[in-house]
Order: sequence, then structure tokens, then C-alpha cells
Amino acid sequence: MNSFITLFQAAIAFGTVILFGCVGEILTERAGNLNLGVPGIMYLGGIASLASVFIYEGSTDSPSKILCVIIAMVSAFIASALGGLIYAFLTISLKANQNVCGLTLTIFGGGVANFFGGSLNTLAGRFEAVSVPVTSAAFRTNIPGISNAGTIGKLFFSYGFMVYLAIAIAIIVHIFLHHTRRGLNLRTVGESPQTADAAGINVDRNKYLAICIGAGISGFGGVYYVMDYIKGTWANDGSIEKLGWLAVALVIFTTWKSSHAVWGSYLFGLLYWMYYYIPGLTRRSQELFKMLPYVVTLLVLIVNSLRSGKDKQPPKSLGLAYFREER
Amino acid sequence: MNEPLLRIVKNEAMSFKKKVLIRAVAVILALLVCGIVITLITGYNPVTVYVTMTQGAFGTKTRAWSTVKEMLMLSCIAIGLAPAFKMKFWNIGAEGQILVGGIVSAGCMIYLAKIGNAGLFILMFLLSALAGAVWAFLPALFKAKFNTNETLFTLMMNYVAIQLTSYFVAKWENPIGSNTVGVINQSGHEGWFPKICGSQYFISLIMVLVLAVFMHIYLKYTKHGYEIAVVGESENTARYAGISVTKVVIRTVLLSGAICGMAGFMAVAGASHTISTSTAGGRGFTAIIVAWLAKFDSATMILISLLLAFLESGSSEIASKCHLNDFASKIVIGIILFFILGSEFFINYKLIVGKKGEKK
Amino acid sequence: MAAITFEHISKRFGSVNANSDVSFSVNKGEILALLGENGSGKTTLMNMLSGIYYPDEGRILVDDKPVSIRGPRDAYALGIGMVHQHFKLVDVFTAAENLVVGLDPDKKLDRKAIAADIKEICDKYQFDVNPDKKVYDMSVSEKQTLEIVKVLYRGANILILDEPTAVLTPQETERLFRVLRNMKQDGKTVIIITHKLHEVLSISDRVAILRKGEYIETVDTADATEEKLTELMVGKKVDLEIERPEVKDKKLRLEIRNINCINSEGVKILKDISFDVYGGEILGIAGISGNGQKELLEAIAGLEQIEEGGSIKYHAPDAKEAVEMKGMTPRHIRELGVHLSFVPEDRLGMGLVGSMGMTENMMLKDYSKGRGVFTSKKAPRELAEKIKEELEVVTPGVTTPVRRLSGGNVQKVLVGREIAASPTVLMTAYAVRGLDINTSYTIYHLLNEQKKKGVAVIYVGEDLDVLLALCDRILVLCGGQANGILDGHTADKQEVGRRMSVIVEEKDGEGHE
Repeated sequence: MNSFITLFQAAIAFGTVILFGCVGEILTERAGNLNLGVPGIMYLGGIASLASVFIYEGSTDSPSKILCVIIAMVSAFIASALGGLIYAFLTISLKANQNVCGLTLTIFGGGVANFFGGSLNTLAGRFEAVSVPVTSAAFRTNIPGISNAGTIGKLFFSYGFMVYLAIAIAIIVHIFLHHTRRGLNLRTVGESPQTADAAGINVDRNKYLAICIGAGISGFGGVYYVMDYIKGTWANDGSIEKLGWLAVALVIFTTWKSSHAVWGSYLFGLLYWMYYYIPGLTRRSQELFKMLPYVVTLLVLIVNSLRSGKDKQPPKSLGLAYFREER
Repeated sequence: MNEPLLRIVKNEAMSFKKKVLIRAVAVILALLVCGIVITLITGYNPVTVYVTMTQGAFGTKTRAWSTVKEMLMLSCIAIGLAPAFKMKFWNIGAEGQILVGGIVSAGCMIYLAKIGNAGLFILMFLLSALAGAVWAFLPALFKAKFNTNETLFTLMMNYVAIQLTSYFVAKWENPIGSNTVGVINQSGHEGWFPKICGSQYFISLIMVLVLAVFMHIYLKYTKHGYEIAVVGESENTARYAGISVTKVVIRTVLLSGAICGMAGFMAVAGASHTISTSTAGGRGFTAIIVAWLAKFDSATMILISLLLAFLESGSSEIASKCHLNDFASKIVIGIILFFILGSEFFINYKLIVGKKGEKK
Repeated sequence: MAAITFEHISKRFGSVNANSDVSFSVNKGEILALLGENGSGKTTLMNMLSGIYYPDEGRILVDDKPVSIRGPRDAYALGIGMVHQHFKLVDVFTAAENLVVGLDPDKKLDRKAIAADIKEICDKYQFDVNPDKKVYDMSVSEKQTLEIVKVLYRGANILILDEPTAVLTPQETERLFRVLRNMKQDGKTVIIITHKLHEVLSISDRVAILRKGEYIETVDTADATEEKLTELMVGKKVDLEIERPEVKDKKLRLEIRNINCINSEGVKILKDISFDVYGGEILGIAGISGNGQKELLEAIAGLEQIEEGGSIKYHAPDAKEAVEMKGMTPRHIRELGVHLSFVPEDRLGMGLVGSMGMTENMMLKDYSKGRGVFTSKKAPRELAEKIKEELEVVTPGVTTPVRRLSGGNVQKVLVGREIAASPTVLMTAYAVRGLDINTSYTIYHLLNEQKKKGVAVIYVGEDLDVLLALCDRILVLCGGQANGILDGHTADKQEVGRRMSVIVEEKDGEGHE
């Protein structure tokens, strides 16, 4: 039972990182843009939150917890949205290829994050390892009282606030996309920009907004990873990139519905941590077992391509640039 | 009255000279921005930045060769990706294909050191190409049969390959506990590229040049190349012409994977003499952009690779001088690629300011 | 009083003048036909009215007041709504959802209330729209109805319809015209873009004519005749007669029996189709678009998977035995010695490679003829030069990507290549769609030439008048079924139209009227 609880908790934690990434990407793809820059954006979000509170915590003796969280979230959102803005400008205004621009954003974001992650202390003239204990503690604060109250408490109430934020955002995005007129307009842009244009919807503005806000949401995945998952430190081990790609893959798994992303992401988390709870694995065979989430993603991809339901397809103009006067 | 200020018009045909000019301007602008960024971080003045970068990239013979090595790796992968991308098959899986090629090469070096260098080389070359091809085969098969999204398929194959590499690193760990394979065959240099003309990279150079010429001819003058172009443009047209799309997709992606596998061989036997999860080091992604920007032209791919290799070595030099870390080069490369990608717009479209902009 | 006035409107795309110095007005409450050949700038002009394009020069007046229409939103605000030729609908949305796209973004998305609004409009004009039906389940005419309801829902007083009858049967066209007359009664202004003369004469009050982007004149329909309108439209007298040469010696070429096809979505798109094709005749195929025409030709060409059973037998001109070509790939069919040429509907997406020049496009079907592994471009280049000269293809050179050529020239390249292969069977799908009158007649002429040579020509068309004038026999498809083969000399249009929409039970097999 105990090992199930820890596995469940690990799955939720892992799932939350990719849930943010995935929901942001769903918003982006619904507007017709395939952004392969999600890993880069999550990197940007992660490093922005870390760098900003690192400076803040270093500047005062008694940092305020709430301020720490606000600074981390706001700077992460801004940095990620700026990453999205670069991508949006290139793909919408300059009509460059979406895949290539996304990949470049991933290279760039990874570069920026790992550069500052590794050099933050040198640049700040401090020599201790980068760490933001106060902020991390704030992010990891759970609801006192019920978080340890029995199995239910441990399973569902033992997490930092971002776990619940992720679920809330996923649901809000779902309601927005499927039950509001603005969401309907956005989906029209992704399905058929010509139709949207003829209906008086500003295609470019919708795309810009969806990409930048989507990037901001994805960036929270980086924040959660840095602040909660690895407890306010930095590791140049490419983990965020890996998680970012899983988030992109999860979008297909969910058939572009953020309501499915919630359980999908936790399922991925479960698969990822499974090896840890299977007895008798050596270090070597553990490495092989860690392939599981990727192999399952592959299977999902294949199964998905065999489905033919019209409502389970990607947005029709995903990946295509729109130019009104194209003849 | 309110009238739109800016209008975009499609640009039909632009002279070669003007295209080159636009790209050159983009590169210069990008270099300026990079200079400013580095200046802001390090406090060096921009001139010093570029002097230091040039020294870092070409200052000594060793450094120059090391820059060339980087260029060769990128070119080799880009050449490998070119046929797949020309066919609009988004092979994002070069990383994985390089890694499995590298694993096989390292395996040969470890287990088959005794069979003699000539045999070993041939075996490593063939087997690494085969490994890369096998890695590319699955996504190609599913793409051809079920139209499974190849972008994500190849991407996931990268991570399967990374885990496979971790497995072999754990298996071949040397010394025990180091979590690395260490330099393989340190004493006898079995399976290492020999030094020719004073450099161990000379063979790689020849290999890449041969590949570049081959790919140029293959894509431009052969029936296979023609089939690739038709499938890339429209599968319906290909079917109409009697081309078997399945066959062409699988054959082309096998070739693409094989060349990426060879890049893994080059990286292990020709450069690092070890294997780790960072053997590919993100080059598989960068090379995609190289191939795309070069529009799959061999010479242009080499040229762009050289530019990126220069930036990589140059910014590493600056980073190490300032005790900053190596990832600085990725930022610089990202910036330069953004600029070149953006510049394509000014080749394909014309901006007209105001309404009377281009009237007689 | 003028509802709309154009004053000196000009619009250019790159080096092409789509509209130059167009000035005329549309009266309130009239049905105005905007007549012109393909490429004469009708759609461009209307797109400027509906806010899709912005004019380079000149101005537009609505109710005699100058306005600036910078986007579709501005157009709606002025009461202008357009039903585009390519419907602007989202396939995965329901009718109700499509209706409100782009409207009042801050209002609640109340699907029930929208359904009620739809019902109200439908009752008023006698439409039939199911608000919960997804667009991908709708027929072409249902989609068009939805488009019209959409425009009305947005409060349009001025309706523009771009080639609304191109995809309709004669009966559906009649119904549409009744609706348009109802709207006129209701005080609305209607502009209908078309190039079909008899429709112009039957529906409009006045006709405005455009030619090569320029405004020619407006005539009262009451004073117009087909001949006069054509002359205004083309700029010279045109013989509208399509020839139908008689070929005496007709030989059986294709014997098609019991063909069934299921498309990728699992829908049965061809149902038990049987017919014969003879050398020396043009067999027309009529049907509402999407009723199996495309699949039928592709099945014969070996591009569509055919279900178990049935056969396609080919009788070569000099062979005793027929060969079976069912279930073979295009390459196999070629290797069997079947000289089958095919001009598909999607010219740049199937028949040609848009990014390649004429030379490389000539190689498309026989690129494997080169030496060893290499391609050879000598023969294709000569062929390209020959076609360019003989069919007067306007292109900077044989290496210019064919995508840059105009629609008519693209079709000349395609038809030229297919005829150059000296076919015994020539299949064409919508061969004159989007072409101007002169090019269309060039194509009819080329097809007749082939027929006289003894080639079996299959002509899938959408214009029933052309089908009836050009073809020897007409096969009507309805819902993927062969709904009778009519004699082109005697069949009448109403009958063809009826068979396009309703299955007719035949008593004596392949009966004639």
C-alpha cells in the first residue's frame, strides 16, 4: 500500500509537469500552430522563475513566501510568453515553417536556461550552488491537516498548489475552447483560417494570443519542475527537454482535448515511475524499463493513426501558414 | 479614410544576387545581435568578442580542426536528413539514429578489437549504417502504411535510443562506478580513425565530401531523386505517376537513417572514442534546420554548418574565458537561426508601405 | 437609389491586374448578375465588397456614402454578406456553431437559442437546416443553404453569391432561384456571380459584364440574348456551337462490370457499376459533385482500391483477347500495354507537380526511361517545347514551375502531355473547370480530335449544357450508382438532372428514354 501511495504521488508530480506543457500546447495547436518549441518554453519558464527568485532571495534576509511565489510565476509566464512571441512572430508574421521555428526555439530556450542555470552563481558573484530554499518550500506547502489524513489525504491532498492549478487550467481551457464563443472562434482559426477571416475574426491576433498564452501555460511546467519536482535547484541534465517532448506527444494522446490531458498526464507519470517499484531490476535493466513511457507513446501514436473518427483528428490547418491573398 | 498601412504581396521571382544579399544581411544582423548579447553578459566590447571568437575557432591548428570536426558532424547529419525532408518526411529522429550508430561502433571497438583495423573499419561502417537505418525503419513503415505522425514517432525513438545508450553505458562502464564508458582502446587505438595530414579528422572530411557529392547527384540526377521530389510535393501525384509511395518512403528514410548512423560512427571512431547519451548532443536537431535552410543543397549545407561550427567553438571559447558554461553557444546559434529563418520572408514576400507604394 | 457604387476600383496581384478602373452601380432591391469569363475579376471585385481584399485604387459607396471596408466585419456592419464559391464552413462544427462563428465573442455560446434563431429564418424563407448536424455530414446543397442562412443571420441586406449553381442539379438551381426571388420580394439586393448565360437570363434584372478585369457595360436582362452577352463577355463573336463529329466505326474498348469501392472513411462510394466504353465516342459522366465520379475514374486508372468481384476488361485495338486490368497499379496497367491517359480533377495536386517546370512534368509517367539509375531530360524537354508551341502555352520557359502559370495554361500542359502519350482511352475530369471560353473550346476541340482518331474518351463534366452538346452517351451517377445511360443526342436536361438526384428503376436493363 505504501509503495502504491508513493508511486501514485510520483506519477501525479511527474504528470503535473507535462500537464502544463500539454495544455499550453493544446491551446496553441487549436489555433493551427504546431509549436515544437514546448521544451524550450518550459526551459525558459523554469529558468526565469529560478533566476528571479534567486536574485530576490539573495537581496533580502527574510524573503516573503507569497512574494517569492508571485515573482516566480510572473517572471516565468513573461519569459515563456516571450519565447512564444518569437515563435509567433516568425511563423505568423514572417510565415516561416512552424516545425523548424519550434525546433529552433527549443535549442534557444535550452541554451538560455542551461547557460544561466550553470552560470547564475558566477554572474551574481556568489559561489554557493544555485538554490532557492524559501521559494521552493512555499511551492511545496500543502494543505495542513488533511494532507496526511489517511490514504485519501496522501493520495489527493499532499501536493503543492501547482498540482491543483494545473488541473484547474486544463478544465478552464476545455470550457473556453468548447463552451464559449471566443473558443469557437479560436478553433475556427485552427480549422480553417479562411473561414475565420471571412467571418470577421482577426486570424493573426487570435493566433498570437493563443500561442503566447499557451506558451505561458507551458512555461508553468518548467516552474513546477524546478520549484517543486527538484526542490528549487537546477540540473543541466536535459530532463526538462525530455518532459517537454512528452508533453507534445500527450497532445496527440488527448486528441486535442485538454479534459483528457489530466488523466493522460498522470498515466504517463505512472508509466515513467513504474520501474522504480518493480522489484528485482538491476541498474541496467532499469534503464531499459525507463523506455516504457516512450514506447507507450509510440503505441498510442500508432493506434491513433488507425482511428478514423472525424472528431479525433488534428485541427485541419495545423502547421500551415495563412496568407489571405494567396491565390 | 482609414486604410491599411502595410500590405504584403507575394514575390514571384527574385534574382539570385538579391537572395544572397538578403541572407547575408540577416547573418550580419544576427551576428551584431549576438555580439550585443555577449557584451551584455560578459562586459567585453563587441570587437573583442569577435576577435576572441575567431581565435577560439581558428586560432591554432588544433582549434581549427576541432571547428572543422564540428562542421563535419553537422554536415554529415544534414546530408543524411536532406532526402527525408525533401520528401516532407519530418525525421526528427537523427539524435537516436546517431546514437544507435554510435553504440554499434563502440560495441565493435570493444568486442572486435582483435580482427585488425581494416576489417574493423568496414564492419563498423556497415553496421552503424545498418543500425541507423533500422532505427529509421519503424517510423517509415508506420508512416507509409498507416500515415502515423512521423515527427513524434522519430522523436520518441530518440528517447528509446537514449535509454538504450544508458543501458550500454552501464554495461560497458569503465572504470566501474564512473557511469561513463571512458576512452575505448586507449592503448592500441583499435578502431580509431588514423591521423592523415596531421589530423584524425581528415578521414571524416573525405567521408563528408564524398557524401555531399553523392547526395547532390542522387537528389538531382537520379530516378530515385525524381521520385523523392514527386512524393514530397504530393502523394496523389506520385500514385498517379505509378510511383509506389510506400516503397519510396521506406527506401528514402532507410538511406537517411543509414547516413545518420554513419555520423554516429564518425563521432565515436573519428572523434570521441567513447559513447554517452550526449554523443549526439542536439546536433540531430540543429542539422534539421541546416538542411531546411539550405533547401537540401549539399554545398549550402556545408556552408551553414561551418557558420554554426564557428559560432559554437567561438562562443565556447568566450564562455570558458569568463568561467561561464558552454551552453552560451546554443543561445548564439538559436539567435542566428531565428534571423535566417525570418529572412526567408523577405525573399518570398514583398512589403508595401502605404497604398501608393509601388505605383507607376 | 444605388445600393452599391464602385468608383474606379483597381486591384493588382503581383504582376496581374485583377481589376482595373471598374465603375458601376447596383440598384436597391434588384438581382444583378455579374457576368464574366473565368479570370475576368468577378470574384476579386466581390471580395473587395465583402472585405476579403482591399482595393489598390478607387472607392466603394454603399447607399451613396463612401465607405472603407477593411475586413469582413466592416462588410457585415454595412449589411453586406457573401456566399463564397468555396464554402467558408468548418467541417467539424455543427450548423449552429458555424452560424455564430465570429459573432459577438462575449455572448454566451447558447446552442439552443441559436437553434431557435435558425428555425425562425428557415420558416421565413422555407429553408431546411438541422442545427445539430455536423457540416461533414451535409450534402453540397445543404452546405449552401447553411451559408445563405448564415449570411441572413448576420443581417445582410445585400447578398453576394459566387457561382452558386456550379454544384447544383437543375432542380436544386430552381429552388435556389425561388429563394432569391423571395429575398428580392423582401427588399434585399442580390448580386449573383456566374458565367452561365441561361441562368443570367432567367434570374437577373440587369447584367453587369466584366472582361479581363475591366468593366464593359450593364444591360437590362429584358434586352439581352445569349449571343449578345457572349460577345460582350469575350469581346468578339463566338460560335457557341460545340461540335459533335460522328464516328462510324465504334469499337468496344473498356468493359466495366460490377465495380464496388469503399473510400477511406468506410463509406461505399461506388455501388455495382457496369458500363461499356467505345473507341470513337465521348462518354459523358454526369452527377452532383461527390457522387462517385472521381472514384470511378480513379478506380479505372488503378488509383482506387476496388472491392472483391467485378471486372474491368480492356480490348486493345488489334488484340483478339481482352485483358483484365482490375486491381492493378497504374504502372502495371501501363506495362500491360494499355494506353490509358487521365486528366484528373486536381491538376496541380495529382496530374502535375507544381514546383517543377514543364520539362520535368513531362517525365512524370515515364521517368523510368532514362539510362540506368539516371533520369534523362532530353526527350521530355523536346516534348515540353513542342506542347508549349502547339497549344500556345504562356510561360516564361519550360523550366518555370508550372504552379506559376495561369489555370488555363496549367490545363494545356496537362492535357497536352496526356494526349502526347497517344492514348486509346482518355479520361478527363472537369477538364474545363475554371478555364476561359477560348481555352474551353480548345479543350473540346482536342477531345473531338481524339475521338475522331478512334480514342475512347470519358468526359466527366458539371455543365449539363456542355455534356449534352459534346457527348455521344451520358452515364448519370447518383449516390455512387449508375442511374442510366442516356443518348446525348436525344436526352433532355431535366431528365439528366432528375437522375442525378433520384434513382430511377429501369425495367429493361440499360434502357434509353
